[in-house]
Amino acid sequence: MVVSYREALNQAMREEMRRDSRIFLIGEEVGYYQGAFKVSKGFVEEFGPQRVIDTPITEAGFTGLAIGAAMAGLHPIVELMTFNFGILALDQIVNNAAKLHYMSGGQLSAPLVIRGPGSAAHQLAAQHSQSLEAWFCHVPGLKVIAPATPHDAKGLLKSAIREINPVIFIEAQLLYATKGEVGEGEYTIPIGVAEVKRAGDDLTLVAYSKMLLLALSAAEQLSRDGIDVEVVDPRTLKPLDLQTIVSSVKKTGRLVIVEEGWPFCGLGAQIAESVYSAAFDYLDAPILRVTGEDVPMPYSRPLEDAAIPDQLRVIAAVKSVCASR
Amino acid sequence: MDRADLLSLYRDMLLIRRFEEKSAEMYALAKIAGFLHLYIGEEAIAVGALAALRPDDYVISGYRDHGYCLARGSDPGQVMAELFGRITGLCKGKGGSMHLVDLPRRFMGGYAIVGGHIPLATGLAFATKYQKLDLVTVCFFGEGAVPSGQAHEAFNLAALWKLPVIFVCENNRYGMGTPAERAIALYADVAGTARSYGIEAERIDGMDVLAVRSMMRKVVDQVRANQAPYFLEAMTYRYMGHSMADPAHGHYRTKEEVEEHRKQDPLLSLKRTILSHNLGTEADFKQLERDISQVVTAAIKFAEESPFPGPSDLHDDVLAKE
Repeated sequence: MVVSYREALNQAMREEMRRDSRIFLIGEEVGYYQGAFKVSKGFVEEFGPQRVIDTPITEAGFTGLAIGAAMAGLHPIVELMTFNFGILALDQIVNNAAKLHYMSGGQLSAPLVIRGPGSAAHQLAAQHSQSLEAWFCHVPGLKVIAPATPHDAKGLLKSAIREINPVIFIEAQLLYATKGEVGEGEYTIPIGVAEVKRAGDDLTLVAYSKMLLLALSAAEQLSRDGIDVEVVDPRTLKPLDLQTIVSSVKKTGRLVIVEEGWPFCGLGAQIAESVYSAAFDYLDAPILRVTGEDVPMPYSRPLEDAAIPDQLRVIAAVKSVCASR
Repeated sequence: MDRADLLSLYRDMLLIRRFEEKSAEMYALAKIAGFLHLYIGEEAIAVGALAALRPDDYVISGYRDHGYCLARGSDPGQVMAELFGRITGLCKGKGGSMHLVDLPRRFMGGYAIVGGHIPLATGLAFATKYQKLDLVTVCFFGEGAVPSGQAHEAFNLAALWKLPVIFVCENNRYGMGTPAERAIALYADVAGTARSYGIEAERIDGMDVLAVRSMMRKVVDQVRANQAPYFLEAMTYRYMGHSMADPAHGHYRTKEEVEEHRKQDPLLSLKRTILSHNLGTEADFKQLERDISQVVTAAIKFAEESPFPGPSDLHDDVLAKE
C-alpha cells in the first residue's frame, strides 16, 4: 500500500490508540484543527476530546503534564508543532523525562513519545528551521528516532509508542507529503536497528531523515559516474546501530556522513568518532561530513539553499573521499 | 480533641525536627554532602497536610523534601541512607537529599529545578481524572516558585481542565535570600496569583498543625468531589539557611527576626495546647523524645553500616527495562 509519510504516522497512532486506552495525544491544534500538519486527521472524531487534547501554547506546561501522566501509568504522545518550540520544554524533557528513572533508583519512569517535525522547510527563517537532534542525543535516558520513509515512520512510531522509556521522534515538514510503500497489516520496526537502503561497494553514505532522500538521489547520480555507493539509514539516532554502519564501512573502506544540522558537535561528529574507534584500520580515506552551515537559517532563498546540504555538495564529498588514498 | 491523635501529630513533627537536626550534624561531619535543604520550622505543613490524605493519593514536591517523605511514612533509615549516598537508600543513592522518591507511598519525588515539578503535578492529577479514580495530587513548593513560568503554565492548565490537584505554597518569606516583596508582584497575597486563574485559594497559618490539617481535610474532600484545583498559601518560616551552605540567618535577615518567628514554633505550640488541655504530661513528651531519638539513632546506624553503591551500579537504571 502506497501512503504518504503523514498518513503512515496517522495509521501508527490510530492503530495504537485503538489497541490501548492508556495512550492519548496532546499538543497544539491536534484535535479540531486536525493537527498543524494534519497528522492527526480524524482523531478527535474517532477518539474524542478526552484522548485528543488541544492545548494552549505552553510547551513546558503540557510536556510536563504529559510526563506526570506517564509517571502515573498513562502513555502520552506529545505533538510538538515543531521541535523549535520543544526548546521551551527542554527543562521538562532533560531534567524530568530523561532522568526520573535514574534519579529514583528505578522507581519512576516516563513512557511517552514526544514527536513533531524538525529541520528546515522552505524559507521559514531562523527560529522555525533548525535540526536539534544532537541536543536530544546528548542526554542519557532518551531514545531518539528520525525516520525517513513512510514504512519506517509507521513501524518505528508504533515501537516508540510501546516503548517504556521517553522517546524523541523527529519528523520533517518536507517529508510529510512524500509517499512510499508501507507494510500490509500490523508491523513494527525495532528501535536501534539501521537499514541499508541501497547496497554498494565503493563508499558508505550515512544519512537520516530528509537527508536520506538526498543521499539516495546522489547515489543514483554517482552510479552513472561509476561510483557504487552504499546508503545506510540509522533510523534510530540513539541508541545508534553502530554495527550496521561499521559492517558497511569494513566493506567499502570509505565513509561520508550527511546531516542537516550544524557541524560543531553534530551527530556526524559522533558517528565519525565511533567509526574511527571501531574500524580505523579498514578506512582507506578520512571520513568526510556534509553538514548544514554554521549559521542561523537565513530567510532569503539563495542563502537558505547555501546553508543546507545539497546534491552537489554530497557528490563532491563522495568524489573527494574516493579520490584520496 | 483526642490525646492519642495530638500526640501522634506531635510525634510526626518531632521526627522531622530531630531527623533534620541530626542530618545537619552529619553534614558537618561530611557524612552527607551536596546540597542539604532543611525543613526545620515548617514541619506543621507536611504533617498537617499529609494527615488529610489517603495512602493512594499522590504527593510531589520541590527539593526541601525530607519532611514530606517522613510524614508520608517512609522508613527513616532508608531516607538517611539516601542522604549518605548508600545503596540501601530510597533511590539507591542516586537521588540524594533533593530527589527522594518513595513510590509505594506515592511520594513521587523531590525536584530541584524551581517550578519544574508543578507541571508534573498537573500530569498526575490529569492521569487520575483520565483513569476515573477519585484521587487527589498534592504539590508542595515554596513561594519562590510562584513567579516561574512553569508554575503559571501549570496553574492555567489545572484551572482550564479542572484537575484534582492541590497546590500547597509554603510561603517561608524568602526564596534563598530574596524576600518575597522583592520577587513576587502579589507578595502580600500570593494566593491571589492562583485566584487570577480562577483557582479557589486561601491563606492559612502554616505554623499551626491543627489549622493546616483541618483546612486540608476540607480542601481534599472538596477537590476529590469536585475534581478541580485548589491553592493553599501556608505562611511559615524556615529557621535554618536556604541550604547547609548558608548560615542560619545571613545578611538578608536578622537574628532577631529568626528568634521572633521561633516563638511561633509549631512543636512548642502543639505542646502548649496538649499540656493546657491536660491531654498529656511532660513525661509523655520526654518519652516521645526518647522514642524519636532511638529512631534517628537507628537511622544513622543503618545508613552508616550500609555499603556505597558499586561501580557496577553506575549504569543501572539509565533506561527502564521490560
